[in-house]
Amino acid sequence: MTTDNQQDLAAYAIRLGDDSVIHGHRLSEWCSNGPFLEEDLAMTNVALDYIGRARNFLTYAAELTGEGVTEDTLAYDRDCLDYTNLLIYELPRGDFAFTTARQYLLDEFELLFLTALTQSADETLAAIAEKSLKETLYHLRRSKEWMLRLGNGTEESRARLQTALEQLIGYTPELFEMDALEKELAEKGVAVDRASLEQGWRSACDATFAEAGVTLPDVAWRVKGGRTGFHTEHLGHLLSEMQFVQRAYPGCTW
Amino acid sequence: MSENNLIPILPQEEFERRERRRSSVVPEIWNLLDSVKDPEVPVISIWELGVLQDVLVTDGAVTVSITPTYSGCPAINAMAEDIELCLKNAGYERVEVLRQLHPAWSTSWMSVEAKRKLADYGIAPSQKDDEGIACPHCGSFDIKLVSHFGSTACKALYQCRSCSEPFDYFKNL
Repeated sequence: MTTDNQQDLAAYAIRLGDDSVIHGHRLSEWCSNGPFLEEDLAMTNVALDYIGRARNFLTYAAELTGEGVTEDTLAYDRDCLDYTNLLIYELPRGDFAFTTARQYLLDEFELLFLTALTQSADETLAAIAEKSLKETLYHLRRSKEWMLRLGNGTEESRARLQTALEQLIGYTPELFEMDALEKELAEKGVAVDRASLEQGWRSACDATFAEAGVTLPDVAWRVKGGRTGFHTEHLGHLLSEMQFVQRAYPGCTW
Repeated sequence: MSENNLIPILPQEEFERRERRRSSVVPEIWNLLDSVKDPEVPVISIWELGVLQDVLVTDGAVTVSITPTYSGCPAINAMAEDIELCLKNAGYERVEVLRQLHPAWSTSWMSVEAKRKLADYGIAPSQKDDEGIACPHCGSFDIKLVSHFGSTACKALYQCRSCSEPFDYFKNL
């Protein structure tokens, strides 16, 4: 594999790692803030899965990059402009309905994405996907049940869920966007063709929403920019907390 | 347990793992590592759990391969440290612990014996498709799910309707 190819592959692994670490961090914010103990545990357990997933992707990216780069320098030493996570992952955790709705939308997406990634021509990416997919099946089981419970619960819970979906909908198209890098890697059989997943994702979601008595709105607005470093204001606040210890005490270890 | 009456059919990966141990030229190291337990479930060893994948010795340096149960399982660090400590105490100077993701860990690699130990410890062992779970305290099948995620990523929380006791269930993965 030539150096260019390795750089592309590393960039792709960083993207997937960034999505995972930011999502894991957002979920971890529920630690001790959950509505009750069981859900507190559930959200932090899912957070752990995502942080583990991030470590796998970022460690691989670091191996491909060399030059002293590690999973930790990638996670803790890069600023907003260098982070390439999609915007939906960095939005503040909101209320329980918002966190649940985002988790559900992402779980349906991850199910399709990881299933496709297990077929990657790159063995390491395929192995990470194989491992993560098993975890996502459990995440989806829980988030789907909560969608039904909130949607069919009280007027309040349904209204909050509907509001969350309206706030989230414009961030979902970015999940299916292919740029030059991912198109090129997809042609080599390494990356997943995200665009091809959209229809399946939408119909899976619509089926759940029908059951939950809510509607996933049409995409009337959309924002993007995560992959090119154009983030919402929220990412900076998240990083300032996540990276604080490494910024205050560079290179410190546990 | 009815499972004892069945002829166990091993998954291919588990068959290969057992073959690696059976045909190993350093069985004494595998035996030493039987003393390394899962820190969260100290009644079963990393071998029984399916985490211990391979042991190789090259020019006196020991390489131990392990696979995590879940991507973010914090116990994997403790297991790696325990492996190093165990082998260093036995006189092996150079020990390296490698983490591998493939094949992805599965509860189907656990032996009937390991599952019995789990149940004795108070954790309901994993069942195919998460169906037919029995209360580890009284054996009742009249149970209800409390939470999909329990005290660790690998467990879910249940409650028994017969004896009212809550219990952890080792999720099927």
